[in-house]
Amino acid sequence: MEKDVVILTGNEAIALGAHEAGVGFASAYPGTPSTEILENIARSGNIYCQWSTNEKVALEVASGASLAGRRAIVAMKHVGLNVASDPFMTLAYTGVNGGLVIISADDPGMHSSQNEQDNRYYAKMAKVPLLEPSDSQECKDFIVKAFEISEEYDTPVLLRTTTRISHSGSVVKKSKARNQETARTYSKDSMKYVMIPAFARNRHKILLEKFEKLKEFSDKTDINKIVNLKDKKSFCKIGIISSGACFQYASEAFKDYPILKLGMTNPLPFGLIEDFVSDKSLIIVVEELEPFLEEQIRASFLNCKVIGKSFLPGYGELNVEILKSLNKFIASENILEFIHEHTLKDLENKIKKFKEKNSYISGNKEKNDIKDSVKKTIPPRPPVLCAGCTHRPVFHILKKLKVMVMGDIGCYTLSVLPPLDSLDSCLCMGAGVGQALGIEKANDNYKNKVVSVIGDSTFFHSGITSLIDNVFNRGTGLVIILDNRVTAMTGHQTNPGIGSTLMGEDTHMILPEEIVKAVGVKNIRIVDPYDVDLLERTIKEELNRKELSVIICRQECALINQKQILREFYIDESVCKKCGMCIRIGCPAIGYENDKYFINQAICTSCGVCSQICPWDSIKANEENNL
Amino acid sequence: MKRITYNSPDKYKAVSDAILKETGTISVLFAGVGGQGILLATGIMARACLFEGFDVKVSEVHGMAQRGGSVVGSIRFGEKVFSPTIDFADFIIALEESEPLRYVDNLKKDSVLIYNTYRIYPTTVYGGSCNYPGNIREMLLKFTSDVFPVDAYKIARQQGKSKAMNVVLLGFFSNFLPISTDSWENAIKDIVSPTILEINLNAFKAGRNLINNF
Ligand code: SF4
Ligand code: SF4
Repeated sequence: MEKDVVILTGNEAIALGAHEAGVGFASAYPGTPSTEILENIARSGNIYCQWSTNEKVALEVASGASLAGRRAIVAMKHVGLNVASDPFMTLAYTGVNGGLVIISADDPGMHSSQNEQDNRYYAKMAKVPLLEPSDSQECKDFIVKAFEISEEYDTPVLLRTTTRISHSGSVVKKSKARNQETARTYSKDSMKYVMIPAFARNRHKILLEKFEKLKEFSDKTDINKIVNLKDKKSFCKIGIISSGACFQYASEAFKDYPILKLGMTNPLPFGLIEDFVSDKSLIIVVEELEPFLEEQIRASFLNCKVIGKSFLPGYGELNVEILKSLNKFIASENILEFIHEHTLKDLENKIKKFKEKNSYISGNKEKNDIKDSVKKTIPPRPPVLCAGCTHRPVFHILKKLKVMVMGDIGCYTLSVLPPLDSLDSCLCMGAGVGQALGIEKANDNYKNKVVSVIGDSTFFHSGITSLIDNVFNRGTGLVIILDNRVTAMTGHQTNPGIGSTLMGEDTHMILPEEIVKAVGVKNIRIVDPYDVDLLERTIKEELNRKELSVIICRQECALINQKQILREFYIDESVCKKCGMCIRIGCPAIGYENDKYFINQAICTSCGVCSQICPWDSIKANEENNL
Repeated sequence: MKRITYNSPDKYKAVSDAILKETGTISVLFAGVGGQGILLATGIMARACLFEGFDVKVSEVHGMAQRGGSVVGSIRFGEKVFSPTIDFADFIIALEESEPLRYVDNLKKDSVLIYNTYRIYPTTVYGGSCNYPGNIREMLLKFTSDVFPVDAYKIARQQGKSKAMNVVLLGFFSNFLPISTDSWENAIKDIVSPTILEINLNAFKAGRNLINNF
C-alpha cells in the first residue's frame, strides 16, 4: 500500500491542501462542521494559525496577512460568514495580494446549527468565485486551485463545503511537496485598498470586469466537466446538473444519464451549460437547500425544461433514495414523451400528484405499521449536559425562580430540553444580552424578571458590544456569564480568556470581569456554580437590584476538570424519601430503577451539586474512598 | 507482541461476497451513544478497507449530538463508492442494546444486525418518563433473521479495558467481511496509540473468535 494514499475527512484534506498550497497564515473561530480545519492546520506545524475572537476578526486578520503578501486561509461555519460578511463584501472590491481563501462549512439538516442557510448566495452577492468540492480529494485539490484563482484574478475565493463533505472521510492522494514560493511583496496602493467612495466606485467597475473574466475561466476550467458519458456518441435526452455532496448522490442514483458536474458554481460556466442543455429535452438540477443553480439555469435558458425543487425538498439533506424515486418517476410515467407535448407547468402538476401519492419524498418515510410500533418503544436519547456540567446548577435555579431566560449558543443551549427546560430564546451568537434589554424596555412587567446567559467564548465573540449597549441605555437586567474556561461545545478550544493561543504560546488572560468593569457595570459578582446555595442567593440579590448586574459563574468545564474526583457520591437509601428532586436536575449520572434512586459511579464527576439540591441530605460523599 | 491466531468459519464471509457481487458496494451503519467510540471504530474499519484495496467512504457526525445523545456513523466500501451516507444498510453494528431499534427504517429484509447487549440508560428512562424496551431481540427479529447479540462488555473487561467494546464488536463483525486480518491489524496499529495497542489487538481477536458461539 502506498504511503501517500490516505483516508481523510474533508476538513483534514482542506488542511493538507493549505499545506501543499504554501499557505502562510490561517485563522478561524470554531464552529461545527468547520472546526477541525484549523486544528489540523495547526498540527502540520509550519503554518502560523490562530483562533480569532470571532469570524469577522478572523477574516480581517487574514486579509491583513494577504495584504502583507502571504497566502491566507480563513475557516468558519455558515452562520459565521454572516458575522464576517462586512469585510467579505468589500474584500471583493479591494482584491488581494497574497491569495485569500474563505471556507464556509454549511450545515444542511442542521446537525449542529440554528439554521441551514445556503451560503452560495454570498458568493453571488459579492461576485466572488465559489468552489464546491464533492469529496476529500477535491477538498485538497480545490484549495490549491482556489489560491491560484485568487491570485490570478485578484479576488478572495469562497470554498463551500457541507457537513457531509467536512465530516466524511474518503481516499486522498497526497502530493509530494509544499509550494514554498508563494510569498509576495507589498507595495502601497491606496486606490486599491482604501475604500473611500471615490476609490470604491472605480473598484466596483474593476470587480465587474474581473467577473466577466471569471466567467470565461469557469467555462474552460477542468473542475467543471461532463461525467458519466458511457458512450460519447449516445444521444441522451436527459441530463443532470449537480455540485458538491449532491453530485455523489446523483452519480449513484442516475447511472444512465450524463452529469454536468460543477466544481465552480460562481460564476457558472454558462457556455458549458448551454452546450450541455442544447440537445436535451429535460434537465434535472440536483442540489440541497436553495435552488441556487436551478434559478440561474432557468433564467438563462428559457427554452430548457428543468426539474429541481419542484421534486426535491428545499430543506434538509438530500439522499440517494429521494433521487432514485425521481428516477423511477421519470421512467414509469414516460416523462420524455410527456414533455414533448406538454408545458413545464403540466410536468410540475404531474410531479405534485406523484409526490402526494408518495409521501416519503417529502421527508416522511413510508408508512409501516411494524416499524412504527417498534419505534414507539424506543426512549428518546437527546444530547444532554455532561455529568458534573457547571451549567446545570445555574439553570436549575433559573427554572426555580421562574424568570425569563435569554439564551445563547453553546453547550448551555441544551438546557432548553427537559428536565431543565429553562430557555426562552436562542437566536445567534451574542443575541441574548441584547434581547434581554429589549424585553425590559418594551414591557415593565419583565423588569427584574429577565436574565441573559452567555458563555465565556460567546461573550468575547459578540457579547461585549451588547453589554455596552445595556450600560449605555440604562439597562437594569442581570447578565450571567457562564465562564467554564474553554470553548466547550466545539471540542474545547482556547479563547481569549484562557491565557494560551492555538500555537500553544502563553498570552495575556483576558478576564471577563475586567471588561465588564471597564464598560461601567457596577455590580459584578463572581461565584463558583458548584456552590449552589451561594449561587442561588447571588442570583436572587442581583435580580432584585434596580441596576444592571453581571454574575460570572466560574468553574472549569467538567470534561476538562480533572481535579475534583476525590470524593465518591452515593445516595443513602435509609435517608432517601424518594422525592425525585435529584433526578430533576437532569444529571446523566443519576438514575432511577426498581423504585430506587442511585448514582452511576462510572460517570459521576463528584461535582456535589445533587447533594446540595437533595432536601433531605440523603446524597453523601465518601471522602475516605481510595480513589 | 504475541502472534494472534484466528479461527473463523467462512460461511459468514459469504454474506458480503454476495452483496459485493450484486451491488458493488457494502453499506454499514454504526449506531451508539455519544462517547462510545464510534469514530474510532469507523476510523479503523475505513483504513482496513483501504489497505485491502477498496474504495471507501466514511460519514461521521460531530458537535452537539456527541453530548451523550444517539450517534450514528456509516461506512461504505467497494470498487467505487459515491454517497458517504446510507439509506439502507447491509449491516448495522450497534454499540448499545436499544440503539438498533432506532434505525429500523434503514433495515432491509436481509440486513445483518450485530448489537452489543450492553445498556446505557438514556436520561429519559432515568428520569422515569420512558421505559427501556424489554424484548429487543424479538423486535429485531421481526425485520431480519440475522440478528447477533454480542456481550462485548464482558469480553472487553476480560481484556482489561471496558472501553474497548467498540473494537470487540469490530472483531466480531470482521468475520463477515472480505478483509484480511493483516489489514485489520495494520488499521488498528495505524490509529490506536501504542500504549493501548496490545489491549485493542487482543480485544479485536477475542471479538473475532466469538463467532464460534453462534
Ligand atoms: S455529584 Fe451528583 S450532580 Fe455531580 S456528577 Fe455526580 S451525580 Fe451528577
Ligand atoms: S462539555 Fe463542558 S460545558 Fe459542555 S456540557 Fe459537557 S461539561 Fe458542560
